[in-house]
Amino acid sequence: MRFFEFEARKIVELAGIPVTRYGFCTTPEEARAAAAEIGGPVVIKSQVLTGGRMKAGGVKFADTPDEAAAHAEAILKLEINGHMPRGVLVDPKAEVKQEYYAGVVWDGTAKRPLMLFSDMGGIDIEEVARTHPDHVGRGHVSNLFPIPDFEAKQTIAATGVTGSQLNRATPILARLARLFRENDMTLAEINPLAELTDGSFVALDAHMEMENEAVGRQKRLLRKELQIAEDDTREVYEHSEFEENVAAIDAADHRGVIQGKDHGFTGNLGLVIGAGGGSLTLTDAVRNQGGKPANYSEIGGNPSVAKACGLAKEVLQKDGVEKIAVMMSIVSNTRVDIVARGVIKACLELGKDPGETIAIFRIPGAWEDEGFKILDRYGVEYCDRSVSLWEAAGRAVAKVQGATA
Amino acid sequence: MATQNKVFIDVEVDSSVAGDAAVAAKLEEVCPVDIFKNADGRVEVVDENVDECVLCKLCLEAAPAGTVHVRKLYDGTEL
Repeated sequence: MRFFEFEARKIVELAGIPVTRYGFCTTPEEARAAAAEIGGPVVIKSQVLTGGRMKAGGVKFADTPDEAAAHAEAILKLEINGHMPRGVLVDPKAEVKQEYYAGVVWDGTAKRPLMLFSDMGGIDIEEVARTHPDHVGRGHVSNLFPIPDFEAKQTIAATGVTGSQLNRATPILARLARLFRENDMTLAEINPLAELTDGSFVALDAHMEMENEAVGRQKRLLRKELQIAEDDTREVYEHSEFEENVAAIDAADHRGVIQGKDHGFTGNLGLVIGAGGGSLTLTDAVRNQGGKPANYSEIGGNPSVAKACGLAKEVLQKDGVEKIAVMMSIVSNTRVDIVARGVIKACLELGKDPGETIAIFRIPGAWEDEGFKILDRYGVEYCDRSVSLWEAAGRAVAKVQGATA
Repeated sequence: MATQNKVFIDVEVDSSVAGDAAVAAKLEEVCPVDIFKNADGRVEVVDENVDECVLCKLCLEAAPAGTVHVRKLYDGTEL
Protein backbone atom coordinates (compact mmCIF):
# COMPACT_ATOMS: atom_id res chain seq x y z
CA MET A 1 0.00 0.00 0.00
CA ARG A 2 1.33 3.36 -1.02
CA PHE A 3 1.08 6.57 0.98
CA PHE A 4 0.78 10.16 -0.07
CA GLU A 5 3.67 12.38 0.95
CA PHE A 6 1.63 14.11 3.65
CA GLU A 7 0.82 10.71 5.16
CA ALA A 8 4.43 9.53 4.91
CA ARG A 9 5.46 12.75 6.65
CA LYS A 10 3.00 12.00 9.46
CA ILE A 11 4.35 8.44 9.83
CA VAL A 12 7.89 9.80 10.11
CA GLU A 13 6.72 12.38 12.64
CA LEU A 14 4.97 9.71 14.73
CA ALA A 15 8.27 7.81 14.89
CA GLY A 16 9.95 10.83 16.50
CA ILE A 17 11.86 12.00 13.45
CA PRO A 18 11.95 15.80 13.11
CA VAL A 19 10.00 17.26 10.21
CA THR A 20 9.36 20.83 9.06
CA ARG A 21 6.05 22.48 10.03
CA TYR A 22 3.89 21.49 7.07
CA GLY A 23 0.22 21.79 6.19
CA PHE A 24 -1.95 19.49 4.11
CA CYS A 25 -4.58 21.54 2.28
CA THR A 26 -7.43 20.78 -0.07
CA THR A 27 -8.40 24.36 -0.97
CA PRO A 28 -6.48 27.52 -1.96
CA GLU A 29 -7.80 29.23 1.19
CA GLU A 30 -6.33 26.52 3.39
CA ALA A 31 -3.03 26.85 1.53
CA ARG A 32 -3.05 30.61 2.11
CA ALA A 33 -3.65 30.11 5.83
CA ALA A 34 -0.94 27.43 6.07
CA ALA A 35 1.58 29.67 4.29
CA ALA A 36 0.71 32.58 6.60
CA GLU A 37 1.16 30.36 9.65
CA ILE A 38 4.52 29.06 8.43
CA GLY A 39 5.69 32.60 7.53
CA GLY A 40 8.28 33.25 4.85
CA PRO A 41 8.78 31.45 1.52
CA VAL A 42 7.00 28.12 1.07
CA VAL A 43 6.85 25.30 -1.42
CA ILE A 44 3.49 23.94 -2.67
CA LYS A 45 3.55 20.26 -3.63
CA SER A 46 0.85 18.27 -5.39
CA GLN A 47 -0.23 15.16 -3.45
CA VAL A 48 -0.43 12.43 -6.06
CA LEU A 49 0.64 8.79 -6.02
CA THR A 50 2.89 9.15 -9.03
CA GLY A 51 6.31 10.50 -9.86
CA GLY A 52 7.36 13.42 -12.07
CA ARG A 53 5.58 16.08 -10.04
CA MET A 54 8.26 18.74 -10.50
CA LYS A 55 8.44 18.23 -14.27
CA ALA A 56 4.64 18.33 -14.60
CA GLY A 57 4.36 21.62 -12.71
CA GLY A 58 3.09 20.03 -9.52
CA VAL A 59 5.71 21.68 -7.31
CA LYS A 60 5.89 25.48 -7.07
CA PHE A 61 7.54 28.02 -4.78
CA ALA A 62 5.75 31.00 -3.23
CA ASP A 63 7.01 34.01 -1.30
CA THR A 64 3.66 35.18 0.03
CA PRO A 65 0.41 33.56 1.25
CA ASP A 66 -1.47 35.00 -1.77
CA GLU A 67 1.05 33.48 -4.14
CA ALA A 68 0.75 30.18 -2.24
CA ALA A 69 -3.05 30.25 -2.69
CA ALA A 70 -2.73 30.97 -6.41
CA HIS A 71 -0.26 28.10 -6.91
CA ALA A 72 -2.43 25.77 -4.84
CA GLU A 73 -5.46 26.60 -7.00
CA ALA A 74 -3.53 25.71 -10.17
CA ILE A 75 -1.95 22.56 -8.73
CA LEU A 76 -5.26 21.26 -7.36
CA LYS A 77 -6.64 21.26 -10.91
CA LEU A 78 -3.52 19.74 -12.44
CA GLU A 79 -3.69 16.08 -13.52
CA ILE A 80 -0.33 14.31 -13.37
CA ASN A 81 0.10 11.01 -15.20
CA GLY A 82 -3.64 10.46 -15.05
CA HIS A 83 -3.87 11.22 -11.31
CA MET A 84 -5.77 14.13 -9.81
CA PRO A 85 -4.19 15.39 -6.59
CA ARG A 86 -5.65 14.49 -3.21
CA GLY A 87 -4.57 17.96 -2.02
CA VAL A 88 -1.40 20.02 -1.69
CA LEU A 89 1.34 20.06 0.90
CA VAL A 90 2.51 23.49 2.02
CA ASP A 91 6.04 23.29 3.30
CA PRO A 92 8.55 25.93 4.41
CA LYS A 93 11.39 26.54 1.99
CA ALA A 94 14.13 25.29 4.26
CA GLU A 95 17.64 26.78 4.55
CA VAL A 96 19.56 23.63 3.72
CA LYS A 97 23.28 23.18 4.39
CA GLN A 98 23.49 19.61 3.07
CA GLU A 99 21.09 16.97 1.81
CA TYR A 100 21.36 13.30 2.85
CA TYR A 101 19.42 10.15 2.03
CA ALA A 102 18.10 7.73 4.68
CA GLY A 103 16.12 4.66 3.72
CA VAL A 104 15.12 1.16 4.73
CA VAL A 105 14.08 -1.46 2.19
CA TRP A 106 13.16 -5.13 2.41
CA ASP A 107 16.05 -7.30 1.24
CA GLY A 108 14.27 -10.32 -0.21
CA THR A 109 17.49 -12.27 -0.59
CA ALA A 110 18.67 -11.80 2.98
CA LYS A 111 15.06 -11.79 4.25
CA ARG A 112 15.86 -8.87 6.54
CA PRO A 113 15.37 -5.10 6.42
CA LEU A 114 18.31 -3.24 4.92
CA MET A 115 19.26 0.27 6.08
CA LEU A 116 20.68 2.59 3.45
CA PHE A 117 22.32 5.95 4.02
CA SER A 118 24.05 8.41 1.72
CA ASP A 119 25.61 11.82 2.12
CA MET A 120 24.40 12.56 -1.41
CA GLY A 121 20.68 13.14 -0.88
CA GLY A 122 17.99 14.78 -2.97
CA ILE A 123 18.64 12.58 -5.98
CA ASP A 124 17.77 8.99 -6.85
CA ILE A 125 19.60 6.60 -4.53
CA GLU A 126 19.90 4.12 -7.43
CA GLU A 127 21.84 6.74 -9.37
CA VAL A 128 24.13 7.44 -6.40
CA ALA A 129 24.72 3.72 -5.89
CA ARG A 130 25.69 3.38 -9.54
CA THR A 131 27.92 6.44 -9.88
CA HIS A 132 29.26 6.85 -6.32
CA PRO A 133 29.02 3.45 -4.60
CA ASP A 134 31.38 4.60 -1.83
CA HIS A 135 28.77 7.18 -0.84
CA VAL A 136 26.15 4.58 0.06
CA GLY A 137 26.26 2.81 3.43
CA ARG A 138 24.33 -0.41 3.95
CA GLY A 139 23.44 -2.43 7.04
CA HIS A 140 20.95 -5.20 7.76
CA VAL A 141 18.87 -5.21 10.91
CA SER A 142 17.19 -8.04 12.75
CA ASN A 143 13.59 -9.06 12.15
CA LEU A 144 13.18 -9.98 15.82
CA PHE A 145 15.65 -8.29 18.17
CA PRO A 146 15.61 -4.60 19.14
CA ILE A 147 17.39 -2.37 16.66
CA PRO A 148 20.28 -0.62 18.45
CA ASP A 149 21.45 2.86 17.43
CA PHE A 150 25.01 1.63 16.87
CA GLU A 151 23.94 -0.38 13.81
CA ALA A 152 22.57 2.79 12.24
CA LYS A 153 25.73 4.62 13.23
CA GLN A 154 27.94 2.05 11.50
CA THR A 155 25.84 2.35 8.33
CA ILE A 156 26.16 6.14 8.29
CA ALA A 157 29.85 6.12 9.22
CA ALA A 158 30.55 3.89 6.20
CA THR A 159 29.86 6.92 4.00
CA GLY A 160 32.52 9.02 5.76
CA VAL A 161 30.09 11.12 7.82
CA THR A 162 31.60 11.96 11.21
CA GLY A 163 31.25 14.31 14.19
CA SER A 164 27.99 16.04 15.07
CA GLN A 165 26.45 15.11 11.71
CA LEU A 166 26.99 11.44 12.54
CA ASN A 167 25.53 11.89 16.01
CA ARG A 168 22.47 13.75 14.75
CA ALA A 169 21.72 11.45 11.81
CA THR A 170 22.12 8.22 13.82
CA PRO A 171 18.84 8.31 15.82
CA ILE A 172 16.96 9.29 12.66
CA LEU A 173 18.10 6.24 10.70
CA ALA A 174 17.56 3.97 13.72
CA ARG A 175 14.01 5.29 14.20
CA LEU A 176 13.34 4.86 10.49
CA ALA A 177 14.41 1.21 10.73
CA ARG A 178 12.16 0.69 13.77
CA LEU A 179 9.14 2.29 12.10
CA PHE A 180 9.80 0.17 9.00
CA ARG A 181 9.61 -3.02 11.03
CA GLU A 182 6.82 -2.02 13.41
CA ASN A 183 4.57 -0.79 10.59
CA ASP A 184 5.24 -3.66 8.16
CA MET A 185 6.69 -1.37 5.52
CA THR A 186 8.34 -2.59 2.36
CA LEU A 187 9.95 0.82 1.80
CA ALA A 188 10.62 3.73 4.17
CA GLU A 189 12.61 6.54 2.67
CA ILE A 190 13.55 10.10 3.67
CA ASN A 191 14.97 11.95 0.71
CA PRO A 192 16.19 14.50 1.28
CA LEU A 193 17.08 14.32 4.93
CA ALA A 194 18.30 17.87 5.35
CA GLU A 195 20.93 19.34 7.61
CA LEU A 196 19.78 22.92 8.09
CA THR A 197 22.07 25.90 8.50
CA ASP A 198 21.57 25.72 12.28
CA GLY A 199 22.96 22.16 12.27
CA SER A 200 19.64 20.42 12.96
CA PHE A 201 18.35 17.55 10.81
CA VAL A 202 14.81 17.39 9.39
CA ALA A 203 12.97 15.12 6.96
CA LEU A 204 12.03 17.28 3.97
CA ASP A 205 10.33 14.53 1.97
CA ALA A 206 9.35 10.97 2.80
CA HIS A 207 8.14 7.99 0.84
CA MET A 208 6.50 4.98 2.49
CA GLU A 209 5.01 1.75 1.21
CA MET A 210 3.33 -0.86 3.38
CA GLU A 211 3.05 -4.58 2.71
CA ASN A 212 -0.50 -5.09 1.40
CA GLU A 213 -0.97 -8.23 3.45
CA ALA A 214 -0.30 -6.22 6.63
CA VAL A 215 -3.07 -3.70 6.10
CA GLY A 216 -5.41 -5.71 8.33
CA ARG A 217 -3.12 -5.56 11.34
CA GLN A 218 -2.07 -1.94 10.92
CA LYS A 219 -5.53 -0.53 11.54
CA ARG A 220 -4.38 1.76 14.32
CA LEU A 221 -1.95 3.58 12.05
CA LEU A 222 -4.16 3.53 8.96
CA ARG A 223 -7.55 4.34 10.42
CA LYS A 224 -6.77 6.24 13.62
CA GLU A 225 -3.56 8.12 12.93
CA LEU A 226 -3.84 8.65 9.17
CA GLN A 227 -7.66 8.39 8.92
CA ILE A 228 -7.49 6.38 5.70
CA ALA A 229 -10.91 4.92 4.85
CA GLU A 230 -11.24 1.15 4.55
CA ASP A 231 -12.27 1.36 0.87
CA ASP A 232 -9.29 3.57 0.02
CA THR A 233 -7.20 0.68 -1.29
CA ARG A 234 -4.71 2.75 -3.32
CA GLU A 235 -4.84 0.47 -6.34
CA VAL A 236 -2.08 1.29 -8.78
CA TYR A 237 -4.52 1.41 -11.70
CA GLU A 238 -8.23 1.02 -12.41
CA HIS A 239 -9.30 -2.55 -13.06
CA SER A 240 -10.33 -3.35 -16.61
CA GLU A 241 -13.66 -4.93 -17.52
CA PHE A 242 -11.77 -8.19 -18.12
CA GLU A 243 -10.25 -8.12 -14.64
CA GLU A 244 -13.55 -7.28 -13.00
CA ASN A 245 -15.41 -9.99 -14.90
CA VAL A 246 -12.84 -12.64 -13.97
CA ALA A 247 -12.99 -11.56 -10.32
CA ALA A 248 -16.79 -11.81 -10.40
CA ILE A 249 -16.68 -15.31 -11.90
CA ASP A 250 -14.20 -16.35 -9.22
CA ALA A 251 -16.30 -14.88 -6.41
CA ALA A 252 -19.50 -16.55 -7.61
CA ASP A 253 -18.16 -20.11 -7.26
CA HIS A 254 -16.17 -21.38 -4.27
CA ARG A 255 -14.54 -24.18 -6.26
CA GLY A 256 -10.95 -23.45 -7.27
CA VAL A 257 -9.37 -20.09 -7.92
CA ILE A 258 -9.00 -17.98 -11.03
CA GLN A 259 -7.40 -14.59 -11.55
CA GLY A 260 -6.94 -12.49 -14.63
CA LYS A 261 -4.90 -9.37 -15.32
CA ASP A 262 -4.54 -7.52 -18.57
CA HIS A 263 -3.12 -4.15 -17.54
CA GLY A 264 -0.27 -3.48 -19.96
CA PHE A 265 -1.00 -6.55 -22.13
CA THR A 266 -1.98 -5.99 -25.76
CA GLY A 267 -0.99 -9.24 -27.45
CA ASN A 268 -2.84 -11.80 -29.54
CA LEU A 269 -2.18 -14.97 -27.52
CA GLY A 270 -4.59 -15.42 -24.62
CA LEU A 271 -3.23 -17.28 -21.62
CA VAL A 272 -5.10 -19.71 -19.38
CA ILE A 273 -2.23 -20.70 -17.15
CA GLY A 274 -1.28 -21.57 -13.59
CA ALA A 275 0.06 -24.00 -10.98
CA GLY A 276 2.83 -23.42 -8.49
CA GLY A 277 4.53 -20.45 -10.10
CA GLY A 278 3.59 -21.69 -13.55
CA SER A 279 1.83 -18.48 -14.50
CA LEU A 280 4.92 -16.31 -14.10
CA THR A 281 7.19 -18.88 -15.73
CA LEU A 282 4.82 -19.37 -18.66
CA THR A 283 4.22 -15.67 -19.26
CA ASP A 284 7.98 -15.16 -19.39
CA ALA A 285 8.39 -18.21 -21.62
CA VAL A 286 5.80 -16.90 -24.10
CA ARG A 287 7.48 -13.49 -24.17
CA ASN A 288 10.97 -14.94 -24.48
CA GLN A 289 9.81 -17.12 -27.36
CA GLY A 290 8.74 -13.95 -29.19
CA GLY A 291 5.05 -14.19 -28.35
CA LYS A 292 2.72 -11.43 -27.25
CA PRO A 293 0.50 -12.42 -24.33
CA ALA A 294 -2.94 -10.83 -24.26
CA ASN A 295 -3.23 -11.27 -20.52
CA TYR A 296 -1.88 -12.86 -17.38
CA SER A 297 -3.98 -15.40 -15.50
CA GLU A 298 -3.93 -17.94 -12.75
CA ILE A 299 -6.08 -21.03 -12.50
CA GLY A 300 -5.83 -23.73 -9.88
CA GLY A 301 -7.24 -25.33 -6.76
CA ASN A 302 -9.49 -27.61 -8.83
CA PRO A 303 -11.93 -25.14 -10.34
CA SER A 304 -15.31 -26.22 -11.64
CA VAL A 305 -15.93 -26.64 -15.36
CA ALA A 306 -17.99 -23.45 -15.21
CA LYS A 307 -15.15 -21.48 -13.65
CA ALA A 308 -12.53 -22.71 -16.14
CA CYS A 309 -15.01 -22.00 -18.92
CA GLY A 310 -15.69 -18.51 -17.56
CA LEU A 311 -12.00 -17.60 -17.49
CA ALA A 312 -11.38 -18.98 -20.98
CA LYS A 313 -14.39 -17.12 -22.36
CA GLU A 314 -13.20 -13.84 -20.89
CA VAL A 315 -9.74 -14.36 -22.37
CA LEU A 316 -11.15 -15.33 -25.77
CA GLN A 317 -13.37 -12.26 -25.88
CA LYS A 318 -10.52 -9.82 -25.33
CA ASP A 319 -9.76 -7.57 -28.27
CA GLY A 320 -7.02 -8.94 -30.50
CA VAL A 321 -6.96 -12.49 -29.10
CA GLU A 322 -6.54 -15.02 -31.89
CA LYS A 323 -5.78 -18.18 -29.94
CA ILE A 324 -5.38 -19.29 -26.36
CA ALA A 325 -2.67 -21.37 -24.76
CA VAL A 326 -3.78 -23.55 -21.85
CA MET A 327 -0.68 -24.47 -19.89
CA MET A 328 0.21 -25.39 -16.33
CA SER A 329 3.01 -27.04 -14.41
CA ILE A 330 2.27 -30.57 -13.27
CA VAL A 331 -0.98 -30.47 -11.32
CA SER A 332 -1.98 -32.62 -8.40
CA ASN A 333 -4.95 -30.78 -6.94
CA THR A 334 -6.49 -29.60 -10.22
CA ARG A 335 -8.08 -32.11 -12.56
CA VAL A 336 -6.86 -32.02 -16.13
CA ASP A 337 -10.15 -33.30 -17.54
CA ILE A 338 -12.19 -30.64 -15.76
CA VAL A 339 -10.02 -27.81 -17.14
CA ALA A 340 -10.15 -29.44 -20.58
CA ARG A 341 -13.93 -29.49 -20.44
CA GLY A 342 -13.99 -25.85 -19.33
CA VAL A 343 -11.79 -24.43 -22.08
CA ILE A 344 -13.42 -26.51 -24.82
CA LYS A 345 -16.85 -25.46 -23.62
CA ALA A 346 -15.74 -21.82 -23.77
CA CYS A 347 -14.78 -22.24 -27.42
CA LEU A 348 -18.04 -24.00 -28.28
CA GLU A 349 -20.20 -21.43 -26.53
CA LEU A 350 -18.44 -18.66 -28.47
CA GLY A 351 -18.94 -20.51 -31.75
CA LYS A 352 -15.25 -21.31 -32.16
CA ASP A 353 -13.57 -24.55 -33.13
CA PRO A 354 -11.56 -25.77 -30.09
CA GLY A 355 -9.01 -27.46 -32.37
CA GLU A 356 -8.29 -24.16 -34.10
CA THR A 357 -8.64 -21.87 -31.10
CA ILE A 358 -6.58 -23.69 -28.48
CA ALA A 359 -2.99 -23.39 -29.67
CA ILE A 360 -1.72 -25.87 -27.12
CA PHE A 361 -3.02 -27.71 -24.06
CA ARG A 362 -0.17 -28.62 -21.74
CA ILE A 363 -1.51 -29.65 -18.34
CA PRO A 364 -0.01 -32.87 -17.08
CA GLY A 365 -1.16 -34.41 -13.82
CA ALA A 366 -4.30 -35.64 -12.12
CA TRP A 367 -6.80 -37.29 -14.49
CA GLU A 368 -4.69 -36.47 -17.54
CA ASP A 369 -5.73 -39.62 -19.41
CA GLU A 370 -9.36 -38.62 -19.15
CA GLY A 371 -8.45 -35.10 -20.19
CA PHE A 372 -6.54 -36.35 -23.22
CA LYS A 373 -9.60 -38.32 -24.37
CA ILE A 374 -11.64 -35.11 -24.37
CA LEU A 375 -8.91 -33.19 -26.20
CA ASP A 376 -8.64 -35.97 -28.78
CA ARG A 377 -12.38 -35.81 -29.38
CA TYR A 378 -12.18 -32.09 -30.24
CA GLY A 379 -8.88 -32.18 -32.15
CA VAL A 380 -6.95 -30.05 -29.66
CA GLU A 381 -3.15 -30.38 -29.68
CA TYR A 382 -1.96 -31.43 -26.24
CA CYS A 383 1.18 -32.70 -24.58
CA ASP A 384 2.20 -34.37 -21.37
CA ARG A 385 5.06 -33.69 -18.94
CA SER A 386 7.66 -34.88 -21.43
CA VAL A 387 7.23 -31.49 -23.13
CA SER A 388 8.67 -28.65 -21.06
CA LEU A 389 6.83 -25.43 -20.27
CA TRP A 390 9.34 -23.63 -22.47
CA GLU A 391 8.72 -25.91 -25.43
CA ALA A 392 4.95 -25.78 -25.02
CA ALA A 393 5.09 -21.97 -24.94
CA GLY A 394 7.19 -22.06 -28.10
CA ARG A 395 4.65 -24.24 -29.89
CA ALA A 396 1.81 -21.90 -28.92
CA VAL A 397 3.73 -18.85 -30.12
CA ALA A 398 4.59 -20.55 -33.42
CA LYS A 399 0.94 -21.41 -33.97
CA VAL A 400 -0.38 -17.93 -33.28
CA GLN A 401 2.35 -16.36 -35.38
CA GLY A 402 1.51 -18.75 -38.19
CA ALA A 403 -2.11 -17.73 -37.89
CA THR A 404 -1.18 -14.04 -38.06
CA ALA A 405 1.16 -14.42 -41.03
CA MET B 1 -22.95 -17.23 -26.98
CA ALA B 2 -25.63 -19.48 -25.49
CA THR B 3 -24.64 -21.73 -22.60
CA GLN B 4 -24.35 -25.33 -23.70
CA ASN B 5 -25.20 -28.18 -21.35
CA LYS B 6 -24.50 -31.90 -21.56
CA VAL B 7 -21.57 -31.40 -23.90
CA PHE B 8 -19.35 -33.97 -22.20
CA ILE B 9 -21.59 -35.98 -19.93
CA ASP B 10 -25.15 -37.26 -20.02
CA VAL B 11 -26.99 -38.53 -16.98
CA GLU B 12 -30.24 -40.47 -17.02
CA VAL B 13 -32.35 -41.96 -14.27
CA ASP B 14 -34.67 -44.86 -15.07
CA SER B 15 -38.34 -44.09 -14.79
CA SER B 16 -38.64 -47.08 -12.44
CA VAL B 17 -36.84 -45.16 -9.66
CA ALA B 18 -37.30 -41.54 -10.73
CA GLY B 19 -40.40 -41.25 -8.56
CA ASP B 20 -38.86 -42.93 -5.52
CA ALA B 21 -38.57 -40.32 -2.77
CA ALA B 22 -35.84 -42.22 -0.94
CA VAL B 23 -33.70 -42.50 -4.09
CA ALA B 24 -34.30 -38.84 -4.89
CA ALA B 25 -33.17 -37.80 -1.42
CA LYS B 26 -30.12 -40.05 -1.54
CA LEU B 27 -29.02 -38.89 -5.01
CA GLU B 28 -29.34 -35.24 -4.01
CA GLU B 29 -27.29 -35.94 -0.90
CA VAL B 30 -24.41 -37.85 -2.50
CA CYS B 31 -23.72 -35.89 -5.67
CA PRO B 32 -20.83 -33.46 -4.98
CA VAL B 33 -21.74 -31.24 -7.91
CA ASP B 34 -25.54 -31.06 -7.48
CA ILE B 35 -26.58 -32.93 -10.60
CA PHE B 36 -29.63 -34.41 -8.86
CA LYS B 37 -32.42 -32.50 -7.21
CA ASN B 38 -35.07 -33.93 -4.96
CA ALA B 39 -38.16 -32.28 -6.41
CA ASP B 40 -40.95 -33.21 -4.00
CA GLY B 41 -39.92 -36.84 -3.93
CA ARG B 42 -39.03 -37.12 -7.61
CA VAL B 43 -35.50 -37.22 -9.06
CA GLU B 44 -34.79 -34.24 -11.27
CA VAL B 45 -31.56 -33.96 -13.30
CA VAL B 46 -30.17 -30.41 -13.20
CA ASP B 47 -29.00 -29.98 -16.79
CA GLU B 48 -26.63 -27.03 -16.18
CA ASN B 49 -24.64 -29.10 -13.67
CA VAL B 50 -24.29 -32.30 -15.68
CA ASP B 51 -21.00 -31.30 -17.32
CA GLU B 52 -19.57 -30.75 -13.82
CA CYS B 53 -19.76 -34.51 -13.17
CA VAL B 54 -16.50 -35.67 -11.56
CA LEU B 55 -17.09 -39.33 -12.43
CA CYS B 56 -17.09 -40.32 -8.76
CA LYS B 57 -19.77 -43.03 -9.25
CA LEU B 58 -21.44 -42.17 -5.93
CA CYS B 59 -24.81 -41.90 -7.70
CA LEU B 60 -24.38 -45.39 -9.12
CA GLU B 61 -23.87 -46.70 -5.61
CA ALA B 62 -26.72 -44.70 -4.11
CA ALA B 63 -29.38 -45.92 -6.51
CA PRO B 64 -30.46 -49.51 -7.28
CA ALA B 65 -28.03 -51.18 -9.66
CA GLY B 66 -28.47 -50.21 -13.30
CA THR B 67 -30.99 -47.42 -12.69
CA VAL B 68 -28.64 -44.43 -13.04
CA HIS B 69 -26.67 -44.06 -16.28
CA VAL B 70 -23.67 -41.76 -16.60
CA ARG B 71 -22.35 -41.53 -20.15
CA LYS B 72 -19.13 -39.88 -21.27
CA LEU B 73 -20.13 -38.33 -24.54
CA TYR B 74 -16.54 -37.70 -25.61
CA ASP B 75 -15.64 -41.37 -25.83
CA GLY B 76 -19.02 -43.07 -25.90
CA THR B 77 -18.46 -45.09 -22.75
CA GLU B 78 -20.71 -45.46 -19.72
CA LEU B 79 -19.62 -45.63 -16.07
